[in-house]
Amino acid sequence: MAKVLLDPITRIEGHLSIELDVQNGKVVDAKCKGDMFRGFEKILVGRNPVDANQITQRICGVCPISHGLASSKCLDDAFGIKPNKNGRILRNLVLTANYLQSHILHFYHLAALDFVDITALLSYKGRDPKLNNLKDWAKDELEKKKNRADAITAVAPFLPRYEGKDFYIKDHDLNIDAIAGYVKALDIRMKAHKMVALFGGRAPHAIGLVPGGVTQVPTRDKIREYRKLLKEVEEFVNDVYAKHVIAVAKGFPEYFKLGKYSNFLSYGLIDKDEEHKDFMFERGAFYNNKVSALNTRLIREQVKYARYQSASNLHPLEGQTDPNPQKGGAYTWLKAPRYNEQPMEVGPLARVAVAYLSGNEAVKKELDAILAIFNAEVPAAFSVLGRHASRVIEAKLLCQEAYNMLDELEPNGQPRSTYQIPETGEGEGLAEAPRGALGHWIVVKNRVIANYQAVVPTTWYCGPRDDRGIRGPVEDALIGTPIADNNNPIEAARVVRSFDPCIACAVHVMEGDREISKFRVC
Amino acid sequence: MSLSRREFLKIMGGSAAALAFPGVILQGCKKALEKASERTNVIWLQAQSCSGCSVSLLNKLHPDIASVITEHISLNYHQTIMAGTGHVAVNVLEDAVKQNRKDFVLIVEGSIPTKDDLYCTVGEVGGHHVGVREWVEKLGKNALAVVAVGTCATGGGIPGAKIRATGDNPTGAKALEEILPGRTVINVGGCPPHPDWIVGTLLHVLLKGVPALDEQNRPLMYYGKTVHEQCERLKYYKEGIFAKHWGDEGCLYNLGCLGMDTGCDIPTRKFNDGINSCTGSGAGCIGCTENVFPDYGTRGIFKHLNASNTEIKSLHPETQDAIMKLRNGGVING
Repeated sequence: MAKVLLDPITRIEGHLSIELDVQNGKVVDAKCKGDMFRGFEKILVGRNPVDANQITQRICGVCPISHGLASSKCLDDAFGIKPNKNGRILRNLVLTANYLQSHILHFYHLAALDFVDITALLSYKGRDPKLNNLKDWAKDELEKKKNRADAITAVAPFLPRYEGKDFYIKDHDLNIDAIAGYVKALDIRMKAHKMVALFGGRAPHAIGLVPGGVTQVPTRDKIREYRKLLKEVEEFVNDVYAKHVIAVAKGFPEYFKLGKYSNFLSYGLIDKDEEHKDFMFERGAFYNNKVSALNTRLIREQVKYARYQSASNLHPLEGQTDPNPQKGGAYTWLKAPRYNEQPMEVGPLARVAVAYLSGNEAVKKELDAILAIFNAEVPAAFSVLGRHASRVIEAKLLCQEAYNMLDELEPNGQPRSTYQIPETGEGEGLAEAPRGALGHWIVVKNRVIANYQAVVPTTWYCGPRDDRGIRGPVEDALIGTPIADNNNPIEAARVVRSFDPCIACAVHVMEGDREISKFRVC
Repeated sequence: MSLSRREFLKIMGGSAAALAFPGVILQGCKKALEKASERTNVIWLQAQSCSGCSVSLLNKLHPDIASVITEHISLNYHQTIMAGTGHVAVNVLEDAVKQNRKDFVLIVEGSIPTKDDLYCTVGEVGGHHVGVREWVEKLGKNALAVVAVGTCATGGGIPGAKIRATGDNPTGAKALEEILPGRTVINVGGCPPHPDWIVGTLLHVLLKGVPALDEQNRPLMYYGKTVHEQCERLKYYKEGIFAKHWGDEGCLYNLGCLGMDTGCDIPTRKFNDGINSCTGSGAGCIGCTENVFPDYGTRGIFKHLNASNTEIKSLHPETQDAIMKLRNGGVING
């Protein structure tokens, strides 16, 4: 048996590494290690509750909007207010725009280089000036750096990479088309970020998310600009992004059978009312082959294999998180969250699966259409390729829905309700980040934060074994993955990246306040 | 590739930057600009970061990010973008250390933990988890120049914020300049920094040397004026019109805006291709470019929202007056 280490896993957010045991060319065991810790929640205690919104966005620079929204909802709850209608819709529009930039970024700029052969550029014969510039640059890099001390960095950051037989797409035209997609996607995701900034003030780290809604009044010119950018992004999603994901799936159909997982949790995406009851993608948990209603009381976090010396199996709000970098047997900064003792996958596939299995017609139509291309059944979607396809489905449906959101806005109307910070209060805010289910909880005392907790998507799927030794979703999904060459374990990297891990999100927790145990968890 | 003076100024961020350049720097500019074809190596390390600075960098325009990494620099190492994974990636760092290479600029995003190296590691070499501090020290010693990108790297930022009860910090998170005491660290503050500031500063260093810096070692051309003096809402301040709620017309000072204490040009440059700004969007400035963000002593970000009567008494009489007037008018949490 061989130990195979992928440290660091690049092209994800943050510091993650993977340790594999490989036997007879297959993964037989895996450990998923979060390699960074900051201590956010401890820092929040004693501050103005409204600061939480800005501070928690800095948990993650790729999905700050989701943290901003979870935090805003959490403060709404603690302050005893609801967003007004404009506020709710504007939040949804900001979130939608960030989903679009995040999903596009993930496929092209994070995941695609595991499939697309960038060296196809060197034999490019077409006339696209951008591609010719890239080709000239790549040739110049190889030539100039050949005999220099920095030779290893020729054509960086696209080379060096894992090398092996059949690692990358062979079809020259498809490679070129996908590379053109990579370049175009840089521009498109930037435009999606402009959409975030239109109603969020700026991106990343939106400035304008506040309790009650947002700060930006939806003027007619801003609505018009959003619609214009949306149309451009939508065309890219439907005509280019969707096509490339299908093309990759056709080139690597075995990845419908790899990276399998089938426990799913979703908090519900896009609030259709101010009560947070009705969603565009349904809320629920799927395990033991059925969808059940969400009950956040069933969440526990376990730390036997995490670098914390505090007690295990506590609800996050009762949680004690006392770091011990040198704890024996521990191998990660991520805890192991469990829902009714089950490890759960969260994220695009979880949302699509819960929606599909809850009878969501729009989602069913999209997923069935993709499965039909491959003559496959629903369980095939619970895989590496299913995760990529789920992002496309979300991007398409969110684009469609965004037009309705814009139509529902009251132009020039108030973008938020008003609030007072109460002497005391408690709040829960549930949101869906591009990477999955995200919850924030707050206790306010003397008008300042007495406790703050966040349970984030990547902790759910990149967490370690739990106290019973049951692997986390990514660890489990890696089992059985064939590794052709232990020095170039690209297959494992593809499985891990399909989850779109965000480690900055996953490791942020710090000591809890004992008094939090009185907290209401609904 | 060679750039004209005009093109250089455009890269630096347009006419506002032109005004910030003393004439003497511009003389002979063209000659220096020819160095641009050399594509200087850049190693970009992420420490305790959220990757927000990197995501902001992707929003670069004129030149766009693809041009930056193919024409102006050679991005040797950047974990979020690079194709290489695992040892293929970390070999790039090891190789630079082993060969004692001195042909690169080091950029660091994120704060650096000092209580234990395991609080942030990059790669495993010979069974040893390599702390990001170790990489920073080894690479920082040899780098042509060292640039801290984002407020975590320039001042500790949020990972470096104080625990209110103890005044301590969970991981001993430090700014880059505290890890490399012997070196001039150029600080590009901001949470996140505008992409023009990141690329403009870097290219200035590569082409013209270290730009004129302020007392926090930030380039004066971007941080030399306060948000307040360039604010879209300055006229309201002068007329004494103050917003009562988020998004209202009026100066945002009493909602907690830190524009008077914060150096940066966002009200004129604006974020995301000029589409909006912190003050323009009705939210106000949170002081994110300053190395004291987000603590500001014990003030925090949105102080005025719930300032006590005692605290209000410690403020400037004019400020007190404005707040009391607003309170009487029913300001948020008044």
